Amino acid sequence: MRLHLLALLAKEPAHGYELKQALELTFGSAYPSPNIGQIYVTLGRLEKDGLIRAVDVEQSNRPNKKVYYLTAAGREALDAWVDEPTEGPRVRDEFFMKLILAPLTGIADRMTLINRQRRHYLGLMRDLTDLTEATDPANRPAMLLIEGAMLHLQADLDWLERCQEDLTP
Amino acid sequence: MQSGAVVRTVNLVKIYQTGGLPVPAVRGVDLEVADGEFVAIMGPSGSGKSTLIHMIGGLDTRTSGEIWLDGQRADTLSESGWAVLRREKVGFVFQFFNLVATMTVADNVELPALLGGASARQARERREYLLGELGLTERAEAAPAQLSGGEQQRVALARALANQPRLLLADEPTGNLDSRNGRDVLRLLRDIHEKGQTIIVVTHDAKVAGMADRVVMLLDGQIVDDGRSVRRTSSKRPGGAGDVIELRG
Ligand SMILES: Nc1ncnc2c1ncn2[C@@H]1O[C@H](COP(=O)(O)OP(=O)(O)OP(=O)(O)O)[C@@H](O)[C@H]1O
Ligand SMILES: [Mg+2]
Repeated sequence: MRLHLLALLAKEPAHGYELKQALELTFGSAYPSPNIGQIYVTLGRLEKDGLIRAVDVEQSNRPNKKVYYLTAAGREALDAWVDEPTEGPRVRDEFFMKLILAPLTGIADRMTLINRQRRHYLGLMRDLTDLTEATDPANRPAMLLIEGAMLHLQADLDWLERCQEDLTP
Repeated sequence: MQSGAVVRTVNLVKIYQTGGLPVPAVRGVDLEVADGEFVAIMGPSGSGKSTLIHMIGGLDTRTSGEIWLDGQRADTLSESGWAVLRREKVGFVFQFFNLVATMTVADNVELPALLGGASARQARERREYLLGELGLTERAEAAPAQLSGGEQQRVALARALANQPRLLLADEPTGNLDSRNGRDVLRLLRDIHEKGQTIIVVTHDAKVAGMADRVVMLLDGQIVDDGRSVRRTSSKRPGGAGDVIELRG
């Protein structure tokens, strides 16, 4: 979340709660709503690393609030993040490790493992379909995020099918 | 014979004979589909999915075993007997559409309803509803050749549903569709399913399979899994669905 917060602060200085709201507004329900405690912890670390700085802003009848802004070093870190290519999704899959290793120990049947995993993926797909229906189509980032998740899941299922085909002699 | 089943196969076998070499495509399938159920058939290419639903729809003969449709033994019927049963009870969406090239989209969709005994007005109304649901109202007067693959696919689905068949059989109904058009098909399938339509669909598309009540997995002509998919977040608070995205990340 560090760089997401830096990116939001590059737009304008903000306090913690505004950052939480900005994330929610941008990604809608397609993104797990960040918890405010996590945001403050992350902001604290960014400040310690010199990537952001905080100023206290007085409020009339409430405690001061901290407004954060980006430092030059923060700007550099953000630029470096944007410029570097991003890692693709993981290739070494936890399920695949199970599939290969479990039969060696005799604790599981591979056909059963694959069937169970497929049912699980299909359940996830159903959830994503429901999420599409519940998401405002005008929220493009949310829609694209969901569609990306669906495409990844489809690829996982296709791969599962390949694994299953491989079981038959 | 259980009365609730719309489809029942017993030890169903299909062996193709190609140049003397037997190709076993379906090897002993027992499948029962209840009234109103939505079943997805998945499996790798060549695993026998099309062969299986062609046999259930009477479009291909079985080598051995039994097929029951709506309580009636079907595999022993004559070709004309099958034709009548099919016209009355089955809507079929082919993997490669099979639209009548010389008829308009509207006529392609109305024809089965008219053959099934609907009045011209009923057939037209049904056609207008289905084409509307699938975003094809504008294309009603076009010829199939003037449509994209995805549009033809949707016309084929509309045609299969024209007759309000007891059983809808569909072979890869979203196979040629991009995600938006696929969504129209998915919605229509869900809507008719909610209205009680019995559906068997062959699909690689996990969105379609996820929608089904039950998924049957074929491998080498045999069923290797038959059951429900596992819902994760249905009982959770809203926002739980966001976790799915995080998991996929
Ligand atoms: N008319 C035919 N004559 C001979 N063999 C056939 C015929 N139709 C299918 N087969 C063979 O039967 C097997 C099952 O084919 P089928 O078309 O049912 O597979 P499928 O699961 O639908 O595959 P796909 O996902 O590619 O559509 C394959 O080995 C295929 O080559
Ligand atoms: Mg096929």
